[in-house]
Amino acid sequence: MKRNILTAIMMAVMALLLPFAAAASDNKDEAGEKSGAFDAQGIIFDHLGDRYGWELPFNHHKSIPLPVIVWGTDGLHVFSSARVEHGKEYRDGNTIFRVAGTDSPYKGKVVEIVNEEEVKPVLDISITKNVCGVFVSVLVVIWAVMSVARWHRRQGMKAPRKMTGAIEFVILFIYDGVIKPTLKNKANKFAPYLLTVFLFILVMNLLGLIVIFPGGANLTGNIAVTLVLALITFFITNIFATKHYWKEIFNPEVPWWLKWPLPIMPVIEMFGVFTKPAALTVRLFANMMGGHMIVIVLTLLIFIFAAMGPVVTGATAVVSIMFSVFMLLIDVLVSFIQAYVFTMLSTLFIAFGQEDGHHEHKDDGHSLAHSQTLSTDSTVKTV
Amino acid sequence: MELFTPDFGLIFWMFVSFAVLFLILWKWGWPVIMKGVSDRADLIDKGVEYAQNAKQQLDHAREEADNYIADARRQQADMLREADKMKTQIIEEARSAAQSEAKKVMDAAKVSIEQERKQAEQQFRNEVSSFALDIAQKVVRNQMKDGKAQEQLVNSLLDEMEKQN
Repeated sequence: MKRNILTAIMMAVMALLLPFAAAASDNKDEAGEKSGAFDAQGIIFDHLGDRYGWELPFNHHKSIPLPVIVWGTDGLHVFSSARVEHGKEYRDGNTIFRVAGTDSPYKGKVVEIVNEEEVKPVLDISITKNVCGVFVSVLVVIWAVMSVARWHRRQGMKAPRKMTGAIEFVILFIYDGVIKPTLKNKANKFAPYLLTVFLFILVMNLLGLIVIFPGGANLTGNIAVTLVLALITFFITNIFATKHYWKEIFNPEVPWWLKWPLPIMPVIEMFGVFTKPAALTVRLFANMMGGHMIVIVLTLLIFIFAAMGPVVTGATAVVSIMFSVFMLLIDVLVSFIQAYVFTMLSTLFIAFGQEDGHHEHKDDGHSLAHSQTLSTDSTVKTV
Repeated sequence: MELFTPDFGLIFWMFVSFAVLFLILWKWGWPVIMKGVSDRADLIDKGVEYAQNAKQQLDHAREEADNYIADARRQQADMLREADKMKTQIIEEARSAAQSEAKKVMDAAKVSIEQERKQAEQQFRNEVSSFALDIAQKVVRNQMKDGKAQEQLVNSLLDEMEKQN
């Protein structure tokens, strides 16, 4: 019975895709000479990147307009992204704006046209698709946390159920499983930041997997987003750091010849201070972007194979969709793991900054936590 | 927009958004949840402790009840034994009292019988002596003439009487 349903679904998918495949191959015949081959790379980066306006599903010509906010040569300009869609030029006062084309160095950004030249605006703080996605994520996180807080305020000692219970479970999973054991008596000082970061990343990751409107922005797969989060962890680590932490950096307990005349260890330690946020940034960014990219590539395979005729296209479609679904399921897991890893590493880095004195004892925890991190990471890498 | 070069606009908004999110949750979200969770944990701990105490008390109460029952049984047994002892004692006492009473009665009876016998004997003696006197009178009256033979007769009669008794 189940197998029959599955077969039926596959047949339906193939049947649906056949006309598309035929159309694609036709298009290729016509457009082959004009615009060259199927631009897979362009499509991938277009989907992973940011843009003005938020595209609607199944429609390439209409998108939800979002405000463009730029500080041009003559001051602030705010206008709708619909005005510069599809390469249109927009005149605001005396200034002309348009979105730079693919051959421009400012590809995809709003530029000002001064004397027929493209000039990058001084400041571009437009509410782009990604910014809007960040706002959506913020609202979702606020809703999630506030629903639990409301429960605690109103229902007091009762155990929460359903969604509230699930959210509380996730919060406590991080609080009791990561923050409390690592930071011990300082847990409550840093828990608000760490829990916020965890839920924020988790929500951004999961929203990124939803293809249509409120989701679909590749947020944690964007280096700017992960950079901000890593920098905040970096500042918290170093601002709240103890004297012992700084002593370990500038005057670590190593043989003297490693410190003088050449300060090898201090330099390495100093380097380590900056590689930590860099690692945080790149880890989350690369993992999430990789996941998205694989799904897009698998989908694009259908269109790449479209040139080989309907049968190959149909077969590819079935296989691609199965793999895409599988990858998306893995991505749901990766979303959680990466949010967890980011929070765990942030907690560890902050905990290193909170050490005072008891060296051997702390070292055990350090190596243990480190090996744990490594194993988690390698799991993700293999995925 | 490039993927690998961080875009200033996004960094700016990301930072602002995160700051707003953090401040809101820091002020109204996390403290309530943390307090609620720890309060609930305390409540659960207290509940468990209470239940354990209650169970202990129950066990204790059961033990006490068992003790009481055992005690009561022991007392009952003691009482029974006591009663038994008392019963035998009473019976014993009654018996001995009866025996002594019976002995007394017997003794009294013996004494009275002895007395009766002695009285009877005395009476008999008196009667016998009066009979003897009567006989003697008769003999004396009949045989006044032969004094010597009469006297012999009297004596032989008396001897016979004595032998008969």
